[in-house]
Amino acid sequence: SFFDQFTSPCLLGIPLILPSLLFPTLLLPKPGNRWITNRLSTLQLWLIHLITKQLMIPLNKTGHKWAMLLTSLMILLLTVNLLGLLPYTFTPTTQLSMNMALAFPLWLATLLTGLRNQPSITLGHLLPEGTPTPLIPALILIETTSLLIRPLALGVRLTANLTAGHLLIQLISTATTALLPIMPTISILTVSVLLLLTVLEVAVAMIQAYVFVLLLSLYLQENI
Amino acid sequence: GPLSERRLMDVRLGELPTWLVTCDFSPQGLLGGVRRAWSSYYNKYINVKRGGPAGISMLLAGYCLLSYSWNYQHIKRHRWRKYH
Repeated sequence: SFFDQFTSPCLLGIPLILPSLLFPTLLLPKPGNRWITNRLSTLQLWLIHLITKQLMIPLNKTGHKWAMLLTSLMILLLTVNLLGLLPYTFTPTTQLSMNMALAFPLWLATLLTGLRNQPSITLGHLLPEGTPTPLIPALILIETTSLLIRPLALGVRLTANLTAGHLLIQLISTATTALLPIMPTISILTVSVLLLLTVLEVAVAMIQAYVFVLLLSLYLQENI
Repeated sequence: GPLSERRLMDVRLGELPTWLVTCDFSPQGLLGGVRRAWSSYYNKYINVKRGGPAGISMLLAGYCLLSYSWNYQHIKRHRWRKYH
């Protein structure tokens, strides 16, 4: 069936999810104590500077304590999503369990930081400024629901986007190989759709990682 | 030098069994072997001043092969399947 690509096969009792989570460490070398190292380290340093600067500009001083967590989360999601586009590889972020395990504790941490340090401001976010008085009870209920649904949305967004992309690639490539002996022209059309889809998938892999971390930093901005 | 201190590429074919006996197969020894192998690969292909895509691409190709072998038991049933 088409969902078999999302199962984690075991070899000698070790599931594939373990090496697929540990492999990105090989691709990210530790910068040595020289000023100019190899091209890979330079690229990596440039990328991490870009990401950290973008994430930390809107945050105040206390928010900068979250820099390592958010940047490493971003690098993990980027590498894991992009590696999943290679043939036969396993993408851990297609598993809802893993994404919920990432999203729920981090969201809860932002919420509890806000409630502990500035409770009235955090509760004040539940009612936007300038709402007409009759609407207040309804709006508070709506805002509370939207607050509580954030971790679910974070996790499911990442899972659904990646799973849908992988499924589409598998379906269209199956269609191409099935059509090749029958109608070669339609097969060529399908191949072009497949190429465009692969480009889209690369973009989606990077965008979804970015969106995940960006939303977390936004929730942090409200609460810190 | 003495047989136990030579690297694998410097050991002659006839001396291979004797060399294997002198090898350290404890967990620390195996880990040290993996570390040495990785650092020799890294220093030869990636940690160079003007490296190209080749170093990383070989790693990624090896990763694809590893994933294929991990999935093999499942994939081998695809060949005779009627509907994929």
